[in-house]
Amino acid sequence: MASYLLNTQTQTQEMLDTIGIKQDQLFDMIPSKLRLKRAIKLPEGLSEMEVLQKLSALAAQNKVYSTILRGAGAEQHFIPAVVKQLSNREEFVSAYTPYQAEFSQGILQSIFEYQTDICELTGMDGANASVYDGATAAAESIAMVLERTRKTILIADSTHPHVIDTIKTYTSCHDTVIEVLKTENGILSVDTLKQALNQNTAALLIQQPNYLGCLENIESLAQMVHASGAKLIVYAHPLTLAYLKSPRALGADIAVGEAQPLGLSLAFGGPYLGYMAATNELIRRLPGRIVGQTLDTEGKRSFVLTLQAREQHIRREKATSSLCSNQALCALTASVYVAAMGPQGLKEVAEHSLRKAHYFQTELDKIGFTLKYTTPFFHEFVTKTPISAKKIESCLEQHDILSGLVVGPQEILWCVTETTTKAQLDEVVKILKEACL
Amino acid sequence: MSALIFERSIKNRRGITLPEFDCPEVHLDENIVRAAAPRLAQVGEVDVVRHYMELSRNAFGVDNGFYPLGSCTMKYNPKLNEQTASLPGFSDIHPLQSPDSVKGALRLMSELSQQLCEVTGMDGFTLQPSAGAHGEFTGLLLIHAYHEDRKDVKRSKVIVPDSAHGTNPASANMAGYSIINVPSNAEGGVDVEALRSVLSDEVAALMLTNPNTLGLFDPNIEEIAKMVHEAGGLVYYDGANLNAIMGEVRPGDMGFDVVHLNLHKTFSTPHGGGGPGSGPVGVKAHLLPYLPDGTVVKEKFIANEKSIGRLRSFYGNFLVNVRAYTYILSLGSNGLKEASYNAVLNANYMMAKLKDHFPVAYPVPCMHEFVLSLQKLKDETGVNAKDMCKGLLDYKVHPPTMYFPLIVHEALMIEPTETESKETMDEFIRILIELKDKAYTDPEYLHNAPYTTPIKRVDDVLAARHPVLKAVL
Repeated sequence: MASYLLNTQTQTQEMLDTIGIKQDQLFDMIPSKLRLKRAIKLPEGLSEMEVLQKLSALAAQNKVYSTILRGAGAEQHFIPAVVKQLSNREEFVSAYTPYQAEFSQGILQSIFEYQTDICELTGMDGANASVYDGATAAAESIAMVLERTRKTILIADSTHPHVIDTIKTYTSCHDTVIEVLKTENGILSVDTLKQALNQNTAALLIQQPNYLGCLENIESLAQMVHASGAKLIVYAHPLTLAYLKSPRALGADIAVGEAQPLGLSLAFGGPYLGYMAATNELIRRLPGRIVGQTLDTEGKRSFVLTLQAREQHIRREKATSSLCSNQALCALTASVYVAAMGPQGLKEVAEHSLRKAHYFQTELDKIGFTLKYTTPFFHEFVTKTPISAKKIESCLEQHDILSGLVVGPQEILWCVTETTTKAQLDEVVKILKEACL
Repeated sequence: MSALIFERSIKNRRGITLPEFDCPEVHLDENIVRAAAPRLAQVGEVDVVRHYMELSRNAFGVDNGFYPLGSCTMKYNPKLNEQTASLPGFSDIHPLQSPDSVKGALRLMSELSQQLCEVTGMDGFTLQPSAGAHGEFTGLLLIHAYHEDRKDVKRSKVIVPDSAHGTNPASANMAGYSIINVPSNAEGGVDVEALRSVLSDEVAALMLTNPNTLGLFDPNIEEIAKMVHEAGGLVYYDGANLNAIMGEVRPGDMGFDVVHLNLHKTFSTPHGGGGPGSGPVGVKAHLLPYLPDGTVVKEKFIANEKSIGRLRSFYGNFLVNVRAYTYILSLGSNGLKEASYNAVLNANYMMAKLKDHFPVAYPVPCMHEFVLSLQKLKDETGVNAKDMCKGLLDYKVHPPTMYFPLIVHEALMIEPTETESKETMDEFIRILIELKDKAYTDPEYLHNAPYTTPIKRVDDVLAARHPVLKAVL
């Protein structure tokens, strides 16, 4: 049994003597009636070797695919060795939230640099130190835009369903109205938006590229949103932002999203990384930790948790968010990834994904997997399938390939990243043609 | 102070290289394509390594030294947990793989939920919440759904003691409740009469930490829970302090209906400089029908008709849950009990050795932590709790939590945890007493501390008045 305790029996006795109690008196403050009279019903502890064997056996019951063509909110990207090595440094891993600034400059600076990375990718003025994931980032952003007379949030139905669901949950106990707008040919049309906007609209939230992989016409939507006095929240894929115009340049007031593609493993859905960034006007409405630059008493540049008057430990029930723990280590990991890749590397990752996805789509089209939407896409796209989509999925499964996500009886949402080579894509198409159809 | 990564940037320098493009070029509408690259750092791999090595030298984790940060349970994070969490069978699986292809993950989640049920005395758990505050919000939505389902719609208030974590009232506000604060009694527990006077058919729940943020076990808990239940409300357990009671007493047996745990406290998963954590929520049977989407029970995803919905994408911070599961297997039934025993022993030992030097806010046997008040020291020397904490930094130990809970003036909240040795605690006690003596002989010294850190005391006010939240590029 592992215990990680240090004190010997002699030391324990010395400590009990100092306190002035007997060994069995330590919990006397708990009414005996409430005390558990039996052992908790768990197995006895195991040695390190046995635990590792048991966990390895469990891990072996999960299938790790050699080719992954599934995204839908969780993507496989190449993670350079340097990213894992550095983000596993014990000083980062085993530290608490940097309350004592003088002792935590390394952590604070890493967050400040992460905030800068996010601002640079999104074009925003300020970012927070992260939230749990993309969906919670979107949900937290809703509280930033609500006004006394503006309580309606418009969301395009091309947004990730988990994002829409999370927003609905977060707003379920308030008088916020969530209106999900129907899209046409994979994207939100200006006409649909026009009809939905009114003086009660607080914001439009839209994903780019959207859940279906399509590229929304953010710029024209932005103009209309702003003309009606509402705000625009863009849920943007951070890697594509090395290639595409920033949400800010297209008119967004707030950019949020899932930053898992920036160096985090698939990890069965978490831990991931929700980023949040905003224009100056809305910075003080950002929830959670924010790191700011300041000076020490000798005038040296320093970093510190700042704008804390927004937060739960100061405002208590007047705070609009209870965020306390965030995903700091994931933010640091993303920052190391961004630094290791550099602007050129990030752009190449995005471009690889873009090119490969389009190549794969063209090849799929040749064997009868036609595009469902003709709107331009980035690295994800929906095709119809000539036979049942489930059959395609299980056929590829037999070849150790995780197909795209089945999103309809005869529809699959594919995702291609830099991790799949052209040769692999050709092989997938060959298998589809020869073995599946 | 370290250069920023952006200040190390040299135009056209590169780190990682990628394969040549092997697929044809794609032309997107130029109106949506970036004209200029983002101004991110252009550095080589060696630059990146040296940069983050430098940052890591300016950070301090529990692997660096003693970290008695009250309420945060900075116990040792076993290395085995890191190894199991990095097994490819856990770290490289897609959350939308077929259930058949992730049997091991689903089994782990089911077993962990079962283990947490047994430790807390609850009937079911969801592992979806990603942190303590996320768990609180989830728990309050469950309570809300329960009352709504019973058409008990008048309940719009949540009661929170004045000693509670700030997240409690903030989470209740997010769940649409207004807050009633109740004062603590002279013993640091809930003032039962004050509680009785605010209970009504408008109260949805009472949120409580037990032991509370003073490190005290509320002996009236059974009566408190009974009172709230009789008024039709539910009782919520903030599990931040579970490390004090494993194997001794269970929230479920005290009368709590909902509990959240902080796996990054009690179950040894690392804090990562602020996260990721994991905040599973446990409930009694009457709240099971409302558990969120993405919850795994008996190796299957549940589909509750009355579910409160989804709290985030997918199923929670899975790899954090793998670490906690590893820890529970390692310690087992007796090991968890021993952990709590030693956490409480260590805290009482420190309190016994310090009580003659600093007034203990509530001088009665504590559980896993205790709170000192430095008000007298401040009155007599001008040295406050913050000065003392900054003084500690020069000895390379992490200071205790300061100025919390709010009901104690000049509070220092000390939580040694079970994984610290007597000699480590003795040394910390020696330092604290030495600093106290210094406060009387040379208060200026402490006002200006720290001296050996990479920077001197920071100007918080400047940071808030003139926010600089990103580097100038």
